[in-house]
This record gives sequence, C-alpha cells and structure tokens, in this order.
Amino acid sequence: MTADPHSRRCAIEARDVVLSFGKTPALRGASMSVVSGEIVAIMGPSGSGKSTLLHCLAGILVPASGEIYFDGRRVDTVGETERSTLRRDHFGFVFQFGQLVPELTAEENVALPLLLGGARREAALKQTRPWFERLGLDGLERRRSGELSGGEAQRVALARGLVGRPEVLFADEPTGSLDSLTGEQVMDLLVGVAREQGTTVIIVTHEGRVAAYADREVMVRDGKVTSFVADPVLS
Amino acid sequence: MLPGMSVPLTLLGLLEREPSHGYDLKRDYDTYFGRGRPLPFGQVYATLGRLARDGKVVIGEVEPGVGPERKRYVITELGATEVETWLAEPVEAEPHLQTVLFAKVVLALMLGRPAEKYLDAQRSAHLHRMRELTETKRSGSLVDALLADHGLFHLEADLRWIDTTIARLDALAAAVRS
Repeated sequence: MTADPHSRRCAIEARDVVLSFGKTPALRGASMSVVSGEIVAIMGPSGSGKSTLLHCLAGILVPASGEIYFDGRRVDTVGETERSTLRRDHFGFVFQFGQLVPELTAEENVALPLLLGGARREAALKQTRPWFERLGLDGLERRRSGELSGGEAQRVALARGLVGRPEVLFADEPTGSLDSLTGEQVMDLLVGVAREQGTTVIIVTHEGRVAAYADREVMVRDGKVTSFVADPVLS
Repeated sequence: MLPGMSVPLTLLGLLEREPSHGYDLKRDYDTYFGRGRPLPFGQVYATLGRLARDGKVVIGEVEPGVGPERKRYVITELGATEVETWLAEPVEAEPHLQTVLFAKVVLALMLGRPAEKYLDAQRSAHLHRMRELTETKRSGSLVDALLADHGLFHLEADLRWIDTTIARLDALAAAVRS
C-alpha cells in the first residue's frame, strides 16, 4: 500500500535546515517532509549531506538553524535527554554495517531497544522471538555478530530497528555492505514489515534499486533538497 | 516481443526442448517471451516455413484429426547448431553512446538550456519505472523477476551516468561550447 500524501498527516519534517561541521557546510537550507506510513528515499552523491539530513530528522544532530518536526512537535529545540527518549520510544534505526554489539547474542541485540526502554530481560527476549521467524533467522538467536553472515547480521539489525514497533524507521545505506541478492532480501523484508505495520521509513541510499522500493525519492545536492517529486507524471 | 529478440532463433530454441506443434510454440513463446505482445499465428507459421526451407527444422508426422492438419516440427542438427552458436555468442556490448538522452544533454548544453533539470526529470522517470519493475518482482514469478532485474540493472547504470553527467555539467558545457 502506498501512502496518499494528501490524506495522511505529516510524520516528520525539516524546514530550511542549516548545519556545518567546523567550517564545512553540510546542509544549506534543506527542507523535506514525509507523511505517516510513507517510504521515502533520500538520494544524492557522496558528501551531498543526505546522511546529515537523516541524522537531523532523527534528532541525532541538532541543526544550527531551521526546524525539525516530528508528529507536529518541534524536535530540534528540546534537550538531549528528551531527544534520546524520543529516539528510543518512537524511532528505529538500521545502519550500513548493522552495528550489532559484538559481545551480545543476536537475540540480545534485537532486545536492546526494549531493555533500554526499561523492559525486563525475559519479557524483552520473548518479544524478540517472532522476529527471528519473521526475518528467516530461526536458530541464530544465540549467535554473536561474528558468527553471522553479512545478510544475517543486517536482518538482525533490521529486527532490532523494528522490535519496538517504531513510528519512523531511519535506514542509512541499509544494503550498502551487501551483495545485490542479499540486499534485495533485506529490502523486501524491511519494506514488507514497514507496510504491514504502517511504519514511516526514511532510507538514505545512493542505489537506484534500493530507492525503487520507496514511494518516492528526494535528491540532496550541495546540502539542499533539489528535487522533491511526489508522483512524477512523465511521458 | 522483447526489443532485440530474434523470433526465429527463439522458436528454434523452444523446438530444441522437444518437437512441437505451431500452436504449442506460440503458447510457450507468449508465456515466456511475449510480455503482453503475443506473437501472431501468421508469424509463427511463416517463420516455421522459412526455418523448414532453410533446413533448420523438418516437419514430422502429420497428426490426423478434425480441422486443420496438425504438423509437428522437429529441429534438425543444423538448427540445433545455430541455436548453440547464438546462445554462446555474446550480444554486442553496445555502449549506447548515441542514445536520445546523450543527444539531449549535449544539445541542451550547446543551447544553454537547463540540462540539470532535464536530467533530474529523467532520473525521476527512471525511478518511476524502477518502482514498477520492483513491484513486478515482488508480485510476479521468478521468471518475471529475472527480466525485471535485467531492466533494473540497466536503468541503474543509466542513473549512474545521469549522476556523473550532472557532476560534470559545467565542464561539459565549456567543452561543447568551445
């Protein structure tokens, strides 16, 4: 199901966001908005600012100027503690290299957001179990990240990103470290679960085949969103 | 028919599986290769006639029955060799340098028109098509996915070309105007 931008509320929005790293400008007035349940790809060349924009939308980075809204509430003006709570309670994350905690087993990695949210260990681990079946990871619950293939590790990371049923899933090059077929399996699962749960997804990617899973794409170039096409009507 | 496909060689290839009637060949061709553009019966029988004339197929026993005679076509050794040669020979690695898109970009730069805007629109059109192909993959058979993948990888190559071209537009504009 594709979200209809005209009938759904705005889930997350960046307005005229500016951010520099030292003297290097990363975002120069970037604006975009995503409606609830929509899957949007942020594309652009290396160094264009696409990951920085994702981090600002997710409340990881705070822009020097401009505004970030989640569900109608301002995100960039609140303190780190509140942003941290917001990320934990409402957002899920998947990164390029999974970034699993190597000392923990796969199921402990998946349970991590629940444990950080105050869930008891047994309850949290129980909640992870359906995800192993759902993502084709049966039997891998007790393995550590070093004992998983790249595709398996990324599916564990995906389960971790989704276990708390986040309203928004942020994915930064989620298939960047995988071969085509494995990447496709991860994207099939990511999009399938997101559509089923009505999760809003924002994916940073430089790959057209990954962006093609999204409802639409935005292009970031030189720190600005240059094209913002909701539904291109082209001959 | 898919662009660039050879109907005679594809029919020969289908015949190499087993001797078949024209009707069965058409059905299999349409199923695997027609992609919404079925092969007309007339073309099937005309092609089989030419293949028979050239010694690549022979007509086996004619089956009696009501209605038109049912001829069973059988591939010959010459026909099988031709299929083998065709399959083994790589398709020309066409660099596609003279595509419409290339011509549009160069002309736009020559004329001082907004090439970047045109290329952005093309990227959107490509991604629009890639979304359709991705949906075909998600909802179709594995054979459909195979063809969709071919399209997706080619469109992605175009996207890379579009991005590289956009990154070089200033230098390209200077080159075509000098």
